[in-house]
Amino acid sequence: MSESTAIAGPAPEQRRTWTTRLRVMFMRSEALRGYTLLSPTLIVMAFSMCVPFAIMVVMSFWSQHGFDFDTTFSLSNYFEAIEAPIYKALLIRSLWISGSCAIATVVISYPMAYYVAFHVHKRKLLWIILMTLPFWTSYLLRVFAWKVILGYNGAINSGLKAIGLIEQPLEFLLYSPTAVVITLAHAWAAFAILPIYVSLEKIDRSLLEAAADLGDGPVARFLRVTLPLSLPGVIAAMLMIFIPTVGDYVTPALVGGPDGIMMANLIQAHFGKVNNWPMGAALAVSMMITVTMIALVYIWVTRKATERIA
Amino acid sequence: MKDASYLKRPNRTLAIYALIYLAFLYIPVLFLPLFSFNDAIYVAFPLKGFTTTWYAQMLTNEPLHAALANSIKVGAATAVIATLLGIFGAKAVTRYRIPGQKPVIGVIMLPMVIPGIILGVALLILVSRLGIPLSLYTVTLGHILVSVPFSMATLIARFEGFDKSMEEAAADLGDNAWWVFWRVTLPMVFPGVLASLLLCFTISFDEFIMAFFLAGTEPTLPIFIWNQLRFPAKLPGVLALGACILVVSFVVVCFSQWLRRRGGAELSDTGI
Repeated sequence: MSESTAIAGPAPEQRRTWTTRLRVMFMRSEALRGYTLLSPTLIVMAFSMCVPFAIMVVMSFWSQHGFDFDTTFSLSNYFEAIEAPIYKALLIRSLWISGSCAIATVVISYPMAYYVAFHVHKRKLLWIILMTLPFWTSYLLRVFAWKVILGYNGAINSGLKAIGLIEQPLEFLLYSPTAVVITLAHAWAAFAILPIYVSLEKIDRSLLEAAADLGDGPVARFLRVTLPLSLPGVIAAMLMIFIPTVGDYVTPALVGGPDGIMMANLIQAHFGKVNNWPMGAALAVSMMITVTMIALVYIWVTRKATERIA
Repeated sequence: MKDASYLKRPNRTLAIYALIYLAFLYIPVLFLPLFSFNDAIYVAFPLKGFTTTWYAQMLTNEPLHAALANSIKVGAATAVIATLLGIFGAKAVTRYRIPGQKPVIGVIMLPMVIPGIILGVALLILVSRLGIPLSLYTVTLGHILVSVPFSMATLIARFEGFDKSMEEAAADLGDNAWWVFWRVTLPMVFPGVLASLLLCFTISFDEFIMAFFLAGTEPTLPIFIWNQLRFPAKLPGVLALGACILVVSFVVVCFSQWLRRRGGAELSDTGI
């Protein structure tokens, strides 16, 4: 308060009450203080996501002329994205690969999460760290490891040849959508394990006892108690794998081959070799919109479905 | 715990499945160190012989050293800035009842689920429109964006783990807000802060997609590896480098996870 009285203004009395009132309001309002503390983080995050997105959307309405942009508004990029069959085909393939990958990852990870939640009693922490550790190591190196394994002369093929099981290398291993799905399922396993594990761990064990007391066998107990109660984790896991993998381009580039190329490779090419940034921006925006719509429909459908079960 | 014998009964099938699953997680990654000691240019069985040539070559590889230095610089800057932002955010959402808290946390966590290419491309457009040249600074910006969610998640758990009344006691005894933070809050959350620093460093150190779009002429280590992959002759060198990175990442992450969980368990066990 001393600094406000020290300032010689036209109406010092009025000014003091004004600043004091502000200060009192600030100290009294928990929300205001909370937001002040939060503001650096929120501003940095919001700024570095919203502004680039906005500019990307604006750019998607431009067009490329040589090394310059024609900044007149035009929908031509989007028309091209809809009309040219390659974009549609790649987008569908991306969605298909990501969808299969999400389902595959959840299916193979569920028993693992179940085991740790229900059958590991000592050293649970160690198991959780073991399951999530690979996730923190270099994504590029993990994908590269699969290239080493699945390659034409890679570990599997050369190993099988060395022990005389095959004469010619198996060609379907590398450079196929299957290779992409396997690699992605491996790379995103932690995103399935953790949410499923958390939802299983939360289940009140007395519910299972109650079901057992009322005569349910192990299978019925699982189907009627455990599985429905763990659905939120399963649903979240599917979404958390599906959304980021749609936009993956490292995996398709390294192990996908021409048949495994995805939308993101095309977007990347437009910012690189093809050098048509506005078209790349339009493709990125289209991909984002498609994924968001699918995610919203998915959330809506699963919510309705879980409501019905409950 | 009540007697729940049928829940505790060991399930052999599941246990075997769990081991297979762990093998699926770890064996692919172990191929990198395995072949990095193999005395052959090609990655193939049968193994030709043991060699440390590829590791010895790394010691004299100048571009690799430059890339390593770049990665360490970017990683350290990312770790410090993302953790600072995480401390602000985590303290705000755990200590104050804020209207709209859920959407706010949602916005901050968003980079976790947005495809990396979208974030990378969008930031690339932004910096090029602003006329900022691509450099290690732009890479750092991208890495901060992807690290803050993990820093927040780590720190929120830590802030929730200790009692608000400790801070209130310090405030009642006459400490001002900064002293409360410095003498009470920080020592209490310190394991979380350290875990967040290590985690953010690892994320940045291993991050490829953002760096791919935002790095200028100075490559980070993953970009360096990516460029090497085009040359089959360089493959063993990449394997050796990859093996080293894997070992370092494993150690750092194990340590950070241990710090984070141990700290949390200790607090809840003693009932603080």
